[in-house]
Parts: sequence; C-alpha cells; structure tokens
Amino acid sequence: MRTLVLAEHHEGRLAAGTAHVVAAARAIGGEVDVLIAGENVAGVAEAAARLDGVSRVRVADNAAYAHQLAEPLADLLVQLAEDYSHVLAAASTDGKNVLPRVAALKDVSQISEILSVESADTFKRPIYAGNAIATVQSSDSLKVITVRTTAFDAVGESGTATIEALAFVADSDLSRFIGEELAHNERPELSGARVVISGGRGMGNGDNFKLLNGIADKLGAAVGASRAAVDAGYVPNDMQVGQTGKIVAPDLYIAVGISGAIQHLAGMKDSKVIVAINKDDDAPIFQVADYGLVGDLFEILPELEQKL
Amino acid sequence: MKVLVAVKRVIDYNVKIRVKPDHSDVDLTNVKMAMNPFCEIAVEEAVRLKEKGVATEIVAVTVGPKAAQEQLRTALALGADRAIHVETDAHVESLAVAKLLKGVVDEERPDLVILGKQAIDTDNNQTGQMLAALTGMGQGTFASEIAFGDGVEEGQVRVTREIDGGLQSIALKLPAVVTTDLRLNEPRYAKLPDIMKAKKKPLETTTPEALGVAVTGGLTLLKVETPAERKGGVKVGSVDELVDKLKNEAKVL
Repeated sequence: MRTLVLAEHHEGRLAAGTAHVVAAARAIGGEVDVLIAGENVAGVAEAAARLDGVSRVRVADNAAYAHQLAEPLADLLVQLAEDYSHVLAAASTDGKNVLPRVAALKDVSQISEILSVESADTFKRPIYAGNAIATVQSSDSLKVITVRTTAFDAVGESGTATIEALAFVADSDLSRFIGEELAHNERPELSGARVVISGGRGMGNGDNFKLLNGIADKLGAAVGASRAAVDAGYVPNDMQVGQTGKIVAPDLYIAVGISGAIQHLAGMKDSKVIVAINKDDDAPIFQVADYGLVGDLFEILPELEQKL
Repeated sequence: MKVLVAVKRVIDYNVKIRVKPDHSDVDLTNVKMAMNPFCEIAVEEAVRLKEKGVATEIVAVTVGPKAAQEQLRTALALGADRAIHVETDAHVESLAVAKLLKGVVDEERPDLVILGKQAIDTDNNQTGQMLAALTGMGQGTFASEIAFGDGVEEGQVRVTREIDGGLQSIALKLPAVVTTDLRLNEPRYAKLPDIMKAKKKPLETTTPEALGVAVTGGLTLLKVETPAERKGGVKVGSVDELVDKLKNEAKVL
C-alpha cells in the first residue's frame, strides 16, 4: 500500500490544506509520497519534505504545470498512479478539478470529500449538503479520493523526506492559461482560520462589511459571507461559505445577518462554537447557534468591536 | 454549433431529507423532485448561447428512471430543441454516467457539452471532469463566464473559472466540456405556452445496453446516517453577556 498526495501550492507557498491531506493519507496506512507539480517549486518541495510521515517528495518542475491546469496534471498523475494504491488531494477547487479526470482515465470511481478513514477501502463522506453521512467501500484497485481538510488535523513539520525530480512532462494542447484575478488580503485564509466572522444579506451593502473588519482584526479572524451576500454583489465570491463555496470548521464562527439556509449551514455547521447575530428571532441559524443575540447588527457590531 | 446539456433529476433543494430507518439510503418516497439547480444554469447558458446566435441546436440528455423525463420536458420548455433519455432504474455512479454521456457524445458530436458542477444529492462534483477525460476533451470547471471570440481564436472557448483564490481564465480547444457554477447566470422560468410546446418536441429514449455501457461501479454504499445533531444553544441578552460567555464558558476568545 502506497499513497500519493497531490500537494497544493500558490505563489511559491505550500497550501495549509496539504498537511491535512497527509494526515488522511497516514490514517489509510502505508507509505506516503507527495507530488509537487508546478514551475519553480523548489521551496514548496522543501516545505512538503518537512511534513511528518512523508517518505518521498516527487517534484515535476515544468512550465506545463504552472497553473495547475487539469489536462497536463491529470496526465502526469496517471503516469505515476501505477506505483500507488491511493491517490489523494484536498477537496479544494484544484483537487476537485483534476482528480475526477485522473479517476476516469484510470477507469475507477472517485470518492469525493471524505470526512474519515474507516479502513484502507472504506470512507465516510457527506451527501445532501451534509444532511446525511454515507459510508462507502471501494473495490477498485486504485482509490482516488478528495479530502475535506477541516475533518483531519494537520500533521507536524519535523519530517525529513527525500526529494526527487521527475522527468516526465505531459504535453497537452487542450487548454491554455489566459489570466487570473486573485483577491488579496492580509487576513488568514478562510478555510484554515481559527475564527471566522461572516456577513449575510442583513449587512445591507458591501460597505457595511467594514463593520466586520474591525472585529476580524481584533480576533485574527477571516471574513466570510453567505451566498445571498455574494449574489447581491456585496463581496467577491471567494468569500462564500456554503455547499457551493468554502467549507470551514473554525473554533469560533460568528454569523451576522445570516438566516441560516441549508446551503450555508453545509459550509459551517462543524464549527466548534457558533454565534448568531440576527434581528429575526425565528431565523433558522439560531437552531444551530451555541450563542444567539437578537438585535440590530448595526448597533451590536460596533459595541462588540469596542468590548473585545 | 451544437450544444449538449446534461441534466439530473434530484430531490428539491428546499426539502429537508430523511434517512431511512434501516440506514440503507435517503428516503425518496413521496418527496418533491426537481431539476438539479446547477443543471438549470447549464440549460440557461445553452439557451443564451442560442439566443446570441452562437449555438444552433441544443440537445438535453439525462440518465435516470422514467420519471426523469419530466426534467427533460422542463429543459425543452426552457429552450432545448430535443432530448435524449438514457433510461435506467439502477443507481448509477458518476463514472458510469460519464461513460453513458460519452456514448451520447460519440453519436451526437456536439461542439460543447455543458453540465452542472455538482448534483446537490450526491455532491460528487465528478461527472463533467470524467466525461472530459473519457472523450479526450479539455475541461472548464466551475465556470462563471463562457465566451467566444473574446480574446480567443476561432475553434476555442474562453472559460472564466471560480477558484479558491478568485477567478481564473482559460482557453479550451473545441469540442470541450464546461461545468457551471452558480454565478454563471440566473435561470429563467418556463412559460406555460412553452411548457405546452415542449410536449411536442422530440424525446428519444435509449438504454445503457444500447450504448454498450455497464452501469455497475466500484463503490458500495454500506450505510447512510444522520449527522450528529447540534443542540440548540442559548440566547444572550447583551453584547457584554456574549463576550463573557465566549471568554469564560466557551473559552474561544
């Protein structure tokens, strides 16, 4: 048994999610290798080599992999898959994009977004927006799996894996990178933050999200949003928490002006402590909130910021 | 340009689901069913491409039981020209759906295939990627914009994708597979006259056997459970009380 973890990295840095995927790989058992595919990724490879439990870091450093396009990346993974019983990636947009392509090319099923490893072939995963948990068993020779990173604790960073370069270059003319627009801010990344404060339609407009920033700064929190707030154009879509956005499970989740639709709850109901601030006493969010405060968020938020 | 749109019949997104007492699956008896929301967006996008003069024919396809023809009729009412029903009562995994769709693609030769990014029942987010792999096409997943001619050559499509850090634009060689994200468009409602007209549009039926695809998969569903329930908490009366509870009771501050 040997597992290959596809590492995720952005702008020369290993994504935090990779340490969680390695934890899932260790729960499966056997040797764990990490694949770094990208351009100028020596630093990323060194960071991956420090993750506990990794035996080898395999590096495909080539312009073909610079933007993590699915077609060349899948061809590379298919080349390497011969040596492995399991191929894992985070259930991020990158992992979700490439792994099903790998599975189909290998003619095996994929298991999406696992929450736990029951055994080397049996896994739990959420279905119906997290309203049911399915236990599935795979009889495929190769298990292709994406991992919900918030369901696994990150491994430590005292490892000393060997690093080896891969020569194979996948040549695909099916797709070409044009450009990207990334949202930059100094706050912690939403999916890895210890505290998340999110605003919904009740925020009224995009400007009012500033009311959340002061609190986020004091708590070292990431700022999220409901789909309603994104659709209303208040904030960009990469802030969206929910079934169709990001899944978070912080120590503290503060939902402000969010009613608590099923689709939003799917993205945050595994948070340790949930606080809801809403003027509607009957909002469904209060059914999952550990602490609820009924009132006008425009009065409550400034007071909260001042008292923290 | 011919566009193929795949749609799925799923439980309506507003329904609170029930797990069967024997934990074999979710109980779907007497539950309201509808077209998967991401598939509605795929149909809408195809119709808009036709309205812009880019698409010339829209073919809607579904894999599922007899009742799934309702969702094909919905797609026809929204503007699809004809429909193909791959009829099966079996539980069909994403990989098998992708193989069945490949069979349809091989016959229909579409220039663009549009699917939703995920079905809201299985939440797999796999079929589009798998179809692209099997047909040897490029893939534009989680699309928030689909454009032709705008910065890309003839015979290509530009897809703007929603990625974790923001947006990414790629060019794909046609034919290609695109999967829709929620912000791609706002689907229209079918009007009554269109619903009536849709009843007369062609709907062809085929089977997995006719397409030469075995619908058995590598996964076995062992158990379905209700997730651990969160117990409702307390309401506090003031900001002071909230901060106090978070510090001293929950100890998260």
